[in-house]
Parts: sequence; C-alpha cells; structure tokens
Amino acid sequence: MKAMSEITYKPGREPHSRETRRIFRNIDRVGYNPSIECFIEDGGYETLKKAVAMEPAAIIDEVKKSGLRGRGGAGFPTGVKWTFIPKGNTKPVYLVCNCDESEPGTFKDRFIVHQDPHQLIEGMIIACYAVQAHYAIIYMREEFPEAAEIVRKALAEAEERNFLGKNILGSGYDLKIILHRGAGAYICGEETGLINSIEGVRPYPRIKPPFFPAAIGLYGCPTIVNNVESLCQVRQVLMRGGEAYAADGSTRSPGTRIIGVSGDVQRPGYYEIISGSITYGELLYDLCGGPKPGRTFKAIIPGGASAKVMRCDEVLKGRNPDGSVRKMTIFDVPMDLDSIAQHGSMSGSGGVIVMDDSRSMPEMLRNLNRFFAWESCGQCTPCREGNPWMLKLSTRICEGKAAPEDVDLLKSVADNICGRTVCAFGEACSWPVQAFTTKFREEFLALTKPINALKPHNPETAEARKYLTRED
Amino acid sequence: MTMTEQPDVIEVLAEAKPSPGEKYYPPFEVTPELTEKAKEYIAMYPEGKELSAVLPLIHLVQEKHGFICPQSVLWIAETCRSTPIHVQGIVSFYPGIRTRCPGKWHIRVCHTIACALSGGEELLTYICEKIGVDPKTMTDAEPMAVSEDGLWSIEAVECLANCGFGPNIMINDTLYSQMDRAKVDALVAEYSKKA
Amino acid sequence: MSSEQPILPKDAAAAEGKVNVQINGKWHRFPKGTRIADACNSVGVHVPCFCYHPKLSVAGSCRMCLVEQGMPPRLAPGATPTYNDDGYQTIQWMPRAIVACANTVAENMGIRTDGTVCREARRAVLEFLLTNHPLDCPICDQAGECKLQEYTADYGQPSHRFTEAKIKKGKNISIGPRVNLDQERCVLCRRCVRFMKEIVGEETLGVVGRGGHNAIACYPGKTLDSNYSMNVVDICPVGAMTSKDFRFKMRVWFLKSTPTIDVNCGTGTNINIWTREQQVYRITPRQNDEVNSCWMPDDHRLNYKYINAPERLLTPLIRTDAEAEQQPAAWEPLLRAVAEQLRLCKSSELAIIASARLTNEELYLTKHLADLLGIKALDIVPRMGESDGMLISADRNPNTTGAKLILGRDGSSLPDIVRGVKIGRIRSLIVLGEDVTAEAGISAEQLGELDYLLVVAHSESPTVRAADVVLPGVTFAEKYGTMINVTGRIQRLNRAIEPLGEARADWDILRALLQECGEATLKAVRATSSMDILEEMSEQFEALSGVTWANIGNCGRPVLETGVTIPLIEREKPRKS
Repeated sequence: MKAMSEITYKPGREPHSRETRRIFRNIDRVGYNPSIECFIEDGGYETLKKAVAMEPAAIIDEVKKSGLRGRGGAGFPTGVKWTFIPKGNTKPVYLVCNCDESEPGTFKDRFIVHQDPHQLIEGMIIACYAVQAHYAIIYMREEFPEAAEIVRKALAEAEERNFLGKNILGSGYDLKIILHRGAGAYICGEETGLINSIEGVRPYPRIKPPFFPAAIGLYGCPTIVNNVESLCQVRQVLMRGGEAYAADGSTRSPGTRIIGVSGDVQRPGYYEIISGSITYGELLYDLCGGPKPGRTFKAIIPGGASAKVMRCDEVLKGRNPDGSVRKMTIFDVPMDLDSIAQHGSMSGSGGVIVMDDSRSMPEMLRNLNRFFAWESCGQCTPCREGNPWMLKLSTRICEGKAAPEDVDLLKSVADNICGRTVCAFGEACSWPVQAFTTKFREEFLALTKPINALKPHNPETAEARKYLTRED
Repeated sequence: MTMTEQPDVIEVLAEAKPSPGEKYYPPFEVTPELTEKAKEYIAMYPEGKELSAVLPLIHLVQEKHGFICPQSVLWIAETCRSTPIHVQGIVSFYPGIRTRCPGKWHIRVCHTIACALSGGEELLTYICEKIGVDPKTMTDAEPMAVSEDGLWSIEAVECLANCGFGPNIMINDTLYSQMDRAKVDALVAEYSKKA
Repeated sequence: MSSEQPILPKDAAAAEGKVNVQINGKWHRFPKGTRIADACNSVGVHVPCFCYHPKLSVAGSCRMCLVEQGMPPRLAPGATPTYNDDGYQTIQWMPRAIVACANTVAENMGIRTDGTVCREARRAVLEFLLTNHPLDCPICDQAGECKLQEYTADYGQPSHRFTEAKIKKGKNISIGPRVNLDQERCVLCRRCVRFMKEIVGEETLGVVGRGGHNAIACYPGKTLDSNYSMNVVDICPVGAMTSKDFRFKMRVWFLKSTPTIDVNCGTGTNINIWTREQQVYRITPRQNDEVNSCWMPDDHRLNYKYINAPERLLTPLIRTDAEAEQQPAAWEPLLRAVAEQLRLCKSSELAIIASARLTNEELYLTKHLADLLGIKALDIVPRMGESDGMLISADRNPNTTGAKLILGRDGSSLPDIVRGVKIGRIRSLIVLGEDVTAEAGISAEQLGELDYLLVVAHSESPTVRAADVVLPGVTFAEKYGTMINVTGRIQRLNRAIEPLGEARADWDILRALLQECGEATLKAVRATSSMDILEEMSEQFEALSGVTWANIGNCGRPVLETGVTIPLIEREKPRKS
C-alpha cells in the first residue's frame, strides 16, 4: 500500500492540503483502474481477512465503538442499526447496499462504484459477515449503467478469488452478492421503497412502524440497508480499529466525510475531509476557491436538495467554548453531521449546493418543486396532491402571474404536507419550500402583483368558463 | 356516444406510440436466448421470488429493443408469474423505463438544480435545436422527443448524480460532464458519424 | 407505611391481556394489538378512513385517519415512573399526528381527535384530496354515500384555495361488464386493488403512472369480469367505481335499505335491499363475519329484477273449465273452494311438491297441511350445483337445512312423487313456490293430465299456466320469515316492500288454507305474523328451543351442526387471528 504522498492524481482532481483522502484515495488516481489487481496491490481485501477471523458480534461491537454514522443522509449509527435484527431470528438475513444515489447535490457513491468497486465489495462482505447475511444485493440506480457492468465484473473477480461465494477464505462463511438495477426513481433511495423495488412491486415506501426493515424487510425477513459510503467506512473502521476511528474528527460523527460541492463556486467537486475539521466558510473559500469573479455568495443548501436553504447573511446563534452566545454565519459552522442541524437545516448526504447573488431564489425553488413533483411516488395523499400544487404555484410566481397571497399559500401547502406522509419525502419536499419562502420572502413578493388570488388560473377551462357571466 | 353504445370493455391491446427510432431496434420477439437469459435472471433471486426479476427483465428487453412494448409486458408478466397490470404498474412508474421507442442515440439532459445552476436548461434547448426536435413536445406524460430521422431522442431527466461537474448529459450509457455548446457540437458530430 | 399498594390500572389491564388508552380525555381498556382506528370507533369516537378496510391489508396511504397521539415520557436510565392520583402516567403529546389504521394501542397511550393537531391534519388531507377532484357531486352516483363528501362536510373547510389547472385523467371507463371507473374521482385508496388481489385472488386491477398521475386501471384487453367485481363498487369510498346496473337510476337518499338475506344459495349471504316505494333498486352485501364477511357474488346481487317484473302474479286465478283460460278470482271464496276440493281428494292420490326456498314458518305450515290431509307424498325440489370456492354454496336452495329439520325431507323422495304423477298414481298435486316443469322433470302435458293442480307462486311459469288454481305468493323481498343456511345458522328475512297487487305472503296463504281445511288445534292458524309461527316452532323443535325473532337479530344465530363451511370465511379466519 503506497503512502498518500506517492500517489498522483489526474490534473484538476488533486486533493487540497486540508483534505484526507481515505474512501476517495483511489478516485481519479493516475494508473488506478477498477480491477481487483489494482485493489489488492493497494492493500485490498486484507481487512476482510482480518474480519473473517473475528466473531461477527465482535465486528458489530467494533463498528458501534467507532461511532460510525450512516452516510445516506439520516446519519443513523450503523452499528446500532445492525443490532435491530431480532434476537433468536431464524429467517434469513439480507443486506442491501443502497446505491440509488439520487439526492440532488450528492455525487460521492458514483465515483466509488465506477472507479473503486472492490472497496465497496470488501466493506459489504465485512458487513454481511457481521450480521450473518448470506445473500446481499447492491441496488444500483439506473443512471449508472456502466457502473453496473463494472460492479458485476468486480463481483465475479472477487468470487474467483474466494472473497465471495462458498466458504470465504476458509472461514466456513458463504455469501452471494447480486446487483439489482433500479429504473430512475428517487423514491427507491428510501429504504423501504428500495426493498419494494427489489421485490418487484411498485416502489412505494412502506408504512412506519416498523421504523427499520431490520425486523421485517425484504421478503418479510430481517434486512439491513446501508449506503455505499457507509459500507466503505465499515472497512475503514475494521482497518483502523473502532477506537482509532472514533478518535478522528467530530466526536458525535467521527471519520471522514465526502462533501460534494456544486453550483456557483470556483472549484466545484468532491472533497474528503475529516468530519468537523473545517467550516462551511473554509470549504467554500479555501477548498472551493470562493465565489465566481465579481460575485458574492447568497445562499447555501448544505445537505442535498431536501435540506433547508441557508442565507449567507443569516445571523446564527452559536456557542463559544465557555458557553457564551456567539453571533455567527453559516461560514462559521463546522462541517459535521450535527452542527448545521442546530441552525435548522441538515448536513444530510453531504451535497452542498451554492448559489451566488446572480440567482433568483424563486427560480431555484421552482426547479426543486419540479424535481419533487416529478419524483413523488403518489402513494399518499399530501405528497401526491401537494407537490404538483406547489410546482404550479411556484411556476406562477416565477412567471409573474401570482398575487402576494400566493407566497403564503405556497408555504402553507408545504406546512400541510410536512409530517403527514408515509415516508420522509414529505419533509424532503416541504422543507425547501418552507425555507425559501421564509428566508427569501421579499424576493418572492417582488415577483407578485396585487391580483385577485382567488381567480382560477386554469387555462384549460376557457371553454368551461364561458358560462361565467362575471367580468374578471 | 350515448350510454347504450358504450362498449363493454376496452378491446384493443394498448399500442405504443409509433416512433421513427424503431428502425434502429429489432422488434420484440421471444427467442430461446431471451428465455434462457430470463431463467438466469430469475435464478439470481431466492426461490419463489420470480417477481423480483421484473426490473432485470425489463432492462433486458429495453436494452435490446429500445422500449417496453405491450407484447413484452405480457411476456414479462408471464415469465415472472405476475399479471400484465402489475407489470404495467411498474413500467409506468419508473422514468427509466420507456414505453416508446427512443432514437438510436438517446440523450438525457439533467436539469435538476445543480446542473441548472451550470446551464442545464439552456443546454437542453440548444441540444433540441441541434438535433431538430421541438422541446415543447416534451411533457410529463411524454417526456421523450424523437427526431424525425429516428437517429436522436432527447429527454430532460432529474439528477444524474454528478452535480459538481455539470451540466451533465448521458448519451445512451455514457455520461458526459461539464458540457457546453462546443462540446455538444463535437459530440453530435461524432455520434452522427457512428450512425 | 402501608404495605398494601393499590393495584395500578396498567396491572389490572395487563391481567386481562388489555391496555389502558385515553381517548379524548376518557380512559378505556382495549385488547392488546387493537388498531387505534378500531379502538376509537368502538367507543364512539369516529375516525374517518378512506384506505383502511378491516378485511384488507393496511395501506396507510390516504392519511385521513391521522390522530394526535401521546405516550408517557421516556424515562432516564434508572428512573422510576410516577403515577397520578388515578394511577396513570402523564401523557406527553407528540407534535406529529400518526395514522390510526396502521398503529396499535399501547399502555398509557393517549389519543386526541378533538385537538388542533388532528383537526388541521384532517382539514389539510381533505383539501389535498379535493385539489384534483372534479367536484361533480351533482352528477355522481356516490353522492349521498360518499366518504369524501361526508368527511368534507364534517372535517373540511368551506372554501378552497386551489386555483390551478386540475390534472386530467380518464372518465367513464368501462373496466368490466358490470363496473365503470372514473379515475378523476378516485382518491387512490387502492381498496379495489387490494380486494381483487387479496380476496378474489386475481390481480386484475392495478395502479399505473406515478405521482399526481397515478390512476387505477385494468390492463388493456383485460377486464374486471370476476363474479365478485361489484364488491369494488361497495368498498370504493368515493364515486370512482360505479355499478353499471345502478348508475343514474336513483339518488341514494331516496332509497330505504332493509337488512335481509340472499336466497340464491344455501350460504344466505347477508344483504341490504334498497327500495323506493314498491320498487327494488339494488342489493348490497351486509357484513356478517360468520356468513359472507363483507362480500357477495355479482350474479346473486343482480338477481332481483324478477321482483318487479311483468311476469309477477298479482291476483288469484282459477280455471273453471278444463278448456278455458284462467280467470281472476277473489281470495276468500277461492280459498274456501280449494279447501273443499282438497278434502275431496283421496290422500293417497294427493302429493305436495314444496320448496326449500320457503321459509321455516312456511315449511312448518306445509308440514301441518300434509298431516291434516293425510298426505305422505311430500318433498322439496333439490337444487345442487358446484361451490365456487368463495361464497356460492353447492346447494342453490336457501333453506335445505330448514326443510330437513321441519319436513324431514331433503329432496330424495321427489323422484317417487314425479313417477307417481307420470304413471297416474298421483291424481292431484299441490306445488308450492316451484316450477316443476323446469326443475322436477314433470312436463306441462303431464300436469295437464292431473285431476287437480294447485300452485302457489309469485311469477308466471309453465306450471302456473297448467294450474287449476293459482294463489299468488310473494318474493323474498316482500315477506318476513326465517331460513337456516348450510352451516346451520338461522337467519331472518325482512320485508323490504309490501306484497305487490293482491299477492299474499306464502305463510299467510298456507295459514288460510289450513284454516279453511278445518285445522283447529294449531296455534299458528291464528298467527298474525310469521313471528307468531316461529314462537310455536321454538316449542316444537329442540334445535329451535329458545329461538325468538328478536334474538336471531340481524346476524342470525347457529342452531344446528351441519359440518358444512363457507370457503371464503374459512380463509378469513386465520387472517383474523
């Protein structure tokens, strides 16, 4: 295994000095390809050898000790999730790798499965061994057709070398991993929607409770669903040891995090940092090179499209180490899982979307509304009916055909969805609306005209409306 | 039509909307190879879980024939021991499953927020112009537009998960990132030659 | 310090396998595992639901049943719970409403449906449901029994804030021979999809599309043609699924519903007959978990047209001359003449072909008529077919069990009677409620050979045409009575409409005949209703001991062990437990 200093990266993809490349160590690395040879040369599958010599329960303990939290967006402790499999369970246990990366702004798993698939497979085998799953599925989003081929080939290579299949490395442990491709639906990233997608039914998320499929999941059996990066992190935990892993970075969310930055910065892209080691300001000004020439930052969506937008000039209340109140902005907030949550947003899956002063916020919201209206599965009422409504409202606001009351109506529709749906999509689609319309209210109002908000905006009913005698 | 003239049932099998792209894809037929491949896919899943193979089978048909035609819905339903309406429910749910034949080169243009910030929307209009389709024909119900010669089809899609390097487009299975007009011109020229 | 600790409510409840739940401020006790929706409804706190149906899997998707919920605060490790004076822990209310259909009750749980959280949730969900709804109540068949309409009146808001273009979907789609679909009225509760898949076992219906464009559909070329298809009309909470038979026939608020039973087979499916004045408009199943659950077959449901058909016999008829046409006659003199004629017949040459479509009371009077006249040749017409494995019994007679109990006959001696007629040993025949030419194999010519043929029937038939005297009886919708189904359950027939024309209830005709024939000891002869006859029967038959009209109730009660079961009910039992 080469030292980091010996590794060279493709031009333009070199790590910043404040980055710590662990998961992304081999991404865009010169001379590296997805083959098993490259991976083994870089120390691959050594951790697996260590793992299969351990007791499964010891691995779970190690992961719990590490404090590793899921990287799919919710940040639930991975080791704790694994222990939700009922004691005395006699059914088969399944493990599903969620590679349906589709939260706008998030683009980390893409590089892992395209360029370093064995890293995922090794992490996955370790996780399967820990929960004693003998059958696992990588759920790959449809938009990664090449990755599907790469991963399939990697699985075959791993099986050839007995890292997969029967009696793995002589441990007596069997494991089959298959690849299952999605078909372009965001909702399949919701773990129970994903399970339904694998079962071959419409991928409607399942009702909660149960809150985790660990008791009743795929085919009614205990099922663990983990994100791609989380499984790679499991490998890191075993490689470093749980305590060593926990010692890195923020205490409540240790380890490295992969941040994807997109939008209006000089150098958008991915950055792997030690959790909490830098602030949003350092990320955007130092690592990403600041705003584009002549521009200033206006707003940041800190954790994927569903996170609440933050104004860059918003004054936040922070705490000094002595407990006294400190006035700060988003640029002072450290990049870990929880800090931004204290200010009403979330760090989610690490997708930071940046908007500068050239952007119209209603236009941005309209784009997000379109995304959520398109991606709503339509199972439950508030989300199915609310999303097209919000899209129509925000479109009308952008087109200058709305009354000031419509801005409040838009927010009220979001409030009516939030907390009343089957899955978290209800929050995902309403948070942006709530945040945008509250924090940039003046921009929305500026586009409105004092027209009669109750007049139907219904171009299709011109024919039907001829029976109306009143003048508009 | 008066009440009494109303037919009892919908008699006809749903027909796919015709597309100029059909000349580039073989029409659907059940071949021994297809049946063999289907068995292989079904065997990937635990016993009795044939239904899980519905998406793999859909991909299998779509890769070869370009889209999911009504005949293939019936075949998939039979193969997975399911019903046509169940398969139709799945086919009509996923945006990645097409019910109309695409062009030989199917372009997907991302227009979700990150790509939109880097010019995805304008790029979509430009590519439409370049390949000669009217962007107005792309609607929620019919998101894909096919060029008259059947060589190109285009569709605006949501997030391709490469947000830092937008605008992103995909031509068939290949992703192209950090696109601009010049790169589009070059790509269109290159692919036109491949035809 | 007293060592006697009062028993806490939680322990008292746990001892009976129950939990304490506070609903709108009042404490109740429910068995563990009860759904919150069922718990609330059982104590009179109404929880509105679209997708939840107790006989189907839980979808939890309409979000109409959102209620405010609370639990005792989670304790710090090592802390002990504190109880108030009533022995309960304080409830910490959750800001998020939960669905009452998918969640079950728990100890010390609190449910509120009268607070802002719940009220706002219901209002919001209804507003959403109405955004793309066509609001066509004035031309919708469901109006008046539409859950969307009712809930909007109860929990909705008077005005609407949605001013955009509505999503267009299919309207008036014929999805099967008996059912029409309107996708725009649909609230996508998927009850119909689940019913077809889970109860019928045919996946004919499904949801297609995505998001706001979701719609219920049949696959093109396939139809909803199951014999149970019309149940989707019943369970559809809105006007999306409508019955072709009932469409645009009558506003439901003009209809009166009468609980009674289906007489098309031995199952005795519990039904409601919907009538206005003297006309029957539709039949719908009525829930009875021991008989038909919530369902009924389409062919039974639609077999009501004969009640108001022109073929109905509305006056007594008599043929005075063998060659002449039947002439209308007045009841009383005719009954007297009939009795006289019957007394003249030799009892060995006289036979009665009765029907297992008659009620127990009618069979009871039939038995006594036979005894009085010394008739030995008495039987019913059996009607055996095949069970459909669901609700239709192999026995297509509704009251074979009653006939066996009361007459001691099950149709096995019918061939003897038929032979007797054919060879001329039987010269006179009484036919009660049957067309013997169709079902018993006696031809119209052979009937013509008889010296005397008395027929009690409600509609025209070759047997009726061959009769010397026709006494017009009534259909099941026009009389009271009881029947015993194949499983041995006695159930009530209720009168939905008055007997048409001059027709009389069959029990009353038989009672009058008995009276005219000189029966004096039987109390039933003086009966003024079929309930009086039942009262006498309960003293005579051990199986009916203690059975009264009142205690049969609307759902019947088991009186006999027959060993016969109803397949659909048997399948439902394991699901219930």
